[in-house]
Amino acid sequence: MAELWLLLAVCGAATYAWRGLGVLISGRLDARSEAFTWISCVAYAMIAGLIARLLVMPTGALAETTALERALGSAAALAAYFWLTRRNLFAGVLAGATAVWLMKLAG
Amino acid sequence: MPAAVLAAGYLGFGALAAAHEVPLALAAATTTVIWALPAQLILVEMHVLGAPFVATVLTVVLSSARFLPMTLMLMPLMRAERHRRWHYYVAAQLLALTGWTMAVARFPRIGQAERLPWFFGFALVCMSASVLATAAGYMIADRLTPLARTGLVFMAPMYYLLILTGGVRDRPAGLGLAFGALAGPLAYLAAPQWSVLIGGFAGGTLAYLVMRRRKSDG
Repeated sequence: MAELWLLLAVCGAATYAWRGLGVLISGRLDARSEAFTWISCVAYAMIAGLIARLLVMPTGALAETTALERALGSAAALAAYFWLTRRNLFAGVLAGATAVWLMKLAG
Repeated sequence: MPAAVLAAGYLGFGALAAAHEVPLALAAATTTVIWALPAQLILVEMHVLGAPFVATVLTVVLSSARFLPMTLMLMPLMRAERHRRWHYYVAAQLLALTGWTMAVARFPRIGQAERLPWFFGFALVCMSASVLATAAGYMIADRLTPLARTGLVFMAPMYYLLILTGGVRDRPAGLGLAFGALAGPLAYLAAPQWSVLIGGFAGGTLAYLVMRRRKSDG
């Protein structure tokens, strides 16, 4: 177990290295510059890439669902969020998870 | 409200940690020390698979690369004369996807000097709720059916999907998200570990170039 704590400490420090580096460099970054716009694009793309990968090619516990279940679950979440409610996050997430759960139950 | 939905994602993480017999204190500690759900899932899952120490660290580091552009983008928006420099280094640790998305969405309506205090308040509530949810998920794990656990685990990506698509307000966001969503999985096929870094860099740069092209055309 000691090794697991060490692993956590190293992973935490390594994750913070990115954060700290961001603060360090950001001192010279102007929010109205072209570089800032490019960095925004990269930030959004990195996040979207990670989430898309989780949904399209999941690993771990999420891999127990089929691609169809994830697609329909996502559709249910988006529909509940954008159409059925006025962008209610809670309703959207619940609709997505319930849809997957029901499909698993039926299958 | 975002804290409540985020907590649901961490319930799932807590339950997963319990199922893999990771100690409760450690599971809760990852939520404050790493504070990035995807990296925490990697840590637990790779440990269970018996992956080598260095491989696990490398995977976590590469998946967390997004924090560099995220902090780079957020910090200039929170800059104000009266804040001390170290405040920003503390804020960086509190930064996660939820706080970042909410901040980007709310900042136009918050005065420049009030943004950092607002961010501290919001992020601390999110983190506290998430630590509690990790512990709660851990403790109810053995009462959850595998089916219910799948539902909980699915909540986190749904939540990210909605706050991202719902938060699109400008061109960098829209194009970046679209290109990134394509580039991420493609990069994953080529080099799984490096996919966040390569996909984000390529997708984001492409989005930026398309945006510039359109601007000069119009």
